[in-house]
Amino acid sequence: MDLAFTDDEEDFRHRLRAWLADALPTLPDRPHPADWPGRRAYDCGWQRMLHDAGYAGLHWPKDAGGQGATPTQHLIFLEETERAGAPYVGAGFVGLLHAGPTIAAEGTPEQRARWLPPILRGDEVWCQGFSEPDAGSDLASLRTRAVRDGDTYVVSGSKIWTSHAEIADWCELLVRTAPVNADAPKHRGITWLAMPMDAPGVTVRPLRTLAGTAEFAEVFLDQVRVPVTHRVGEENDGWRVTMVTLSFERGTAFVGEVVACRRVLEALARTAKANGRWDDAVLRRRLGRLAAECAALWRLTQWNVSEAQRTGGVPGVGGSVFKLRFSQVRQELYEAAAEVLGPDALDAGQEWVADRLSSLSYTIAAGTSQIQRNIVAERILGLPKGR
Amino acid sequence: MDFQLTDDQRALRAGMRELLERRYPRTRLRAVVDGDAERGAELDRALWRELGTAGLFALRVPESAGGVGLGLPEAVLAFEEAGRALLPGPLVATELAAGLSGLWAAGGAVPGSLEARLSGVAAGAVQGETVVTALDEEGARTPVEHLTSADAVLALGPSAVELIPAAEVARAAEPMRSVDPATPLHRTESNRTRQDQAGPGRSGIAARLRREAVLLTAAQQLGSASRTVELAVDHAKRRTQFGRPIGAFQAVQHLCAQMLVRAESSRSVVYAAAVTEDPGDIAAAKLLADEAAVHNARDCLQVHGGMGFTWEADVHLHLKRAWVRAGQWQCAAAAEEELAAGLVSTVERCL
Repeated sequence: MDLAFTDDEEDFRHRLRAWLADALPTLPDRPHPADWPGRRAYDCGWQRMLHDAGYAGLHWPKDAGGQGATPTQHLIFLEETERAGAPYVGAGFVGLLHAGPTIAAEGTPEQRARWLPPILRGDEVWCQGFSEPDAGSDLASLRTRAVRDGDTYVVSGSKIWTSHAEIADWCELLVRTAPVNADAPKHRGITWLAMPMDAPGVTVRPLRTLAGTAEFAEVFLDQVRVPVTHRVGEENDGWRVTMVTLSFERGTAFVGEVVACRRVLEALARTAKANGRWDDAVLRRRLGRLAAECAALWRLTQWNVSEAQRTGGVPGVGGSVFKLRFSQVRQELYEAAAEVLGPDALDAGQEWVADRLSSLSYTIAAGTSQIQRNIVAERILGLPKGR
Repeated sequence: MDFQLTDDQRALRAGMRELLERRYPRTRLRAVVDGDAERGAELDRALWRELGTAGLFALRVPESAGGVGLGLPEAVLAFEEAGRALLPGPLVATELAAGLSGLWAAGGAVPGSLEARLSGVAAGAVQGETVVTALDEEGARTPVEHLTSADAVLALGPSAVELIPAAEVARAAEPMRSVDPATPLHRTESNRTRQDQAGPGRSGIAARLRREAVLLTAAQQLGSASRTVELAVDHAKRRTQFGRPIGAFQAVQHLCAQMLVRAESSRSVVYAAAVTEDPGDIAAAKLLADEAAVHNARDCLQVHGGMGFTWEADVHLHLKRAWVRAGQWQCAAAAEEELAAGLVSTVERCL
């Protein structure tokens, strides 16, 4: 067990830190969360800066245009950018963390050449068309159909919870290309398509969240024609194509947010000192306990990353354990914040109130905590299939 | 950064597990617990010697002083296994006392009053010939475990470190009816150590020994927490109700899943604390490992249903030992206060 960094890793950290110190002051002001075109321009501008400095697709393989960094270097990158207050991956999320790696792993040379460079440069934005109204946690029940018509697929159906749909150029779309039958598992017959969002028949309807803003959207698909050349992987093999990359990021997906948790907690403690709430031993001890939880999340992250580095990215026990604990701690953190801030907790004009509201999604998004517990129980602990 | 067990560390852990399965099987644990209440909890000296011979107490003693020359991470892995097997005895205090022999041999800053007693007691501790228990005089009055079986007491004041003959401490101690049938406890009068002897060097040693005691106790809690996950899962697979194993019911699955989450998140911070020896990491390790051990034992008891409430099942033994350890060294309140203080030690912006 070793938590020390190698000379190369330390060198990487110092170069990155120096670059961030120069680059961040040149950024424009952050756009308002409701300003989608502004957000796209801001996030893509940041990606372009990363690209020009040699940090784009850091952990992507070199032959896909990435930097081929180790998981530890990626960890350092996420830690340092968060510490420096750099922008989050934002609109580039699906492209950089999911669709891109999927195309890199499963795409043809033509597909890689067409789609990967614009993702890395911040020229094109992707969204994820997986979930449907009747296929959320039970993703394989999706019903959006694609019927082959010569060299195109004709797609009809609807998707939901599609983040960045309003500003995306492309959608990584899962569609059903073979009907569900009793003999085969329902995840057979699913195909992965890259669908242009400006194709005729695509309608985006923003969904307003409990935070008051439109973070995601419904997408309606009416006879949308997608060329067969836009299919990644074989027909009816989309489930496997998806699974190749779906669990890939679990080790590092939340690194920035773990660093942020500790920063929020420290700010909270100083606020409590300033407003006198610190003298309440119950509250003070509650913050101390959260500090322990943050430490555990950080160490679990380092454990998972080291494991990924040893096994070449095969996720172990850590991913689901982390997700369950992290989503809960994140919510507890903002509950404690409300107690520290008292009446200010009711002022939606405060920046942290938006974070409190958004933390409510953590136990739902990317697999609800209930589904995660089923996964832990059945796949990790080996308990019999539940009901 | 390679935060995973090395091959040697895996081998050490496997070796320790195998040793304990052989030398301290469940039948031996049950013999202690089910036997005569007076004699039953007496420490098995032969077993203690075997543990000494196997090197348990010598793990961190330098090779020049006759030890194995390994570090805190290795000791943590060994103590995790001890916790898993519910091995009784003042393991932490004996390990710390053995460690002092290395300090002494190296000519380190050992307090004068310690030196005279050290050579005998510490060398005996290394071999498993001497049993050393502990008296923690910081914070709440913690009962002393296995006092009547011990040869010496390692007393840690806020800054002073003393080795006191056990008989001397026992004269002014009062036996309790310990909640854990395998861990006899005594109440003692406080302030045994002579605080006036405190000096800077000594204060450093007291603080270091206390941190190590906290961490090694946390390691045992982690072992117990992992073991109760296994016990619960095994039971949930075997026990059938309504025509299927209870492990197929989501309510039971979710209890078990939460147990794993507790055990694995405390594991990450216990292991990290062994590497960094950072006081904040150590406080977090104890806090989360205590919680994992206690709550996992309770959930394990729940999964066992009526059987879990019997003397026959081992679950209550894990719970009771976890309670004892949670009260030893840094308890929850002290850990939370230390971690809270760490949050305001740096100056930055408020919310």
